[in-house]
Amino acid sequence: MAQSIAFFIIGIIGGIVGGMGMGGGTLLIPLLNVFSNLDQRIIQAINLTVFIPMSIIVLIIHVKHKLVKGKYFLYIALPAVAVSVPSSILASKLSGKLLARFFGIFLIVIGVLQIVNIIKKKVKKRKNAKSSQNFYK
Amino acid sequence: MKKFISNSLKIFSGVFIGFINGFFGGGGGMLCVPLLEKVFKLETKKAHATAILIILPICITSAITYMVNGNFNLSATLNIGVGVILGGIIGATLLNKLNSLVTAVIFSLLMILAGIKMVV
Repeated sequence: MAQSIAFFIIGIIGGIVGGMGMGGGTLLIPLLNVFSNLDQRIIQAINLTVFIPMSIIVLIIHVKHKLVKGKYFLYIALPAVAVSVPSSILASKLSGKLLARFFGIFLIVIGVLQIVNIIKKKVKKRKNAKSSQNFYK
Repeated sequence: MKKFISNSLKIFSGVFIGFINGFFGGGGGMLCVPLLEKVFKLETKKAHATAILIILPICITSAITYMVNGNFNLSATLNIGVGVILGGIIGATLLNKLNSLVTAVIFSLLMILAGIKMVV
């Protein structure tokens, strides 16, 4: 029972981050790794499964608002689906511990890239603000 | 020729996104959104929406592959899933109320910390 509640709370936290459009899975997976005793492979399977109902609902809303561009589907999604099968099998065959290590490296890389991106955006904004100031002078 | 390059780029991106999302059980969206924005020049909202369309079939096939290989826990999936859906609704409403730059920085730092914990 206590474990079910812990899972539920971790789910809520991951969902909040995902709902804010910041890649909920990239937080849900490490949260479950750190705060539960589930195997990394099962954690990844859970993240994939949970994404399905969520994204179907969100996708319907986006399609209604005409935000989905179908022309990218064929060339990106088809090869992606084809490759995801062997890569999922590969992950399933590794030990959970090793897979968690790889995931940790992946997280660090994404986190650092995001911070670099944020700083870049900030610098760009400041430059733009400065040049428009000069323009009005 | 231009179309050929653009299509090859899409296929190459698809292969990369498919590999990452399958191997790590997620993270494809984090690659797909910036790709659609920066390389294919979609505006942010459309990039987010289109990324979901691309990630969804990958998640379905990957989830099935994980399950077939014996990696599944129904009760944990249900408990976490209900939480994620509730949290998703809360997150979508919060989206407009929080300073996105501050949350993005906090989120990135959390990811780095969690990453270090998982590697060590």
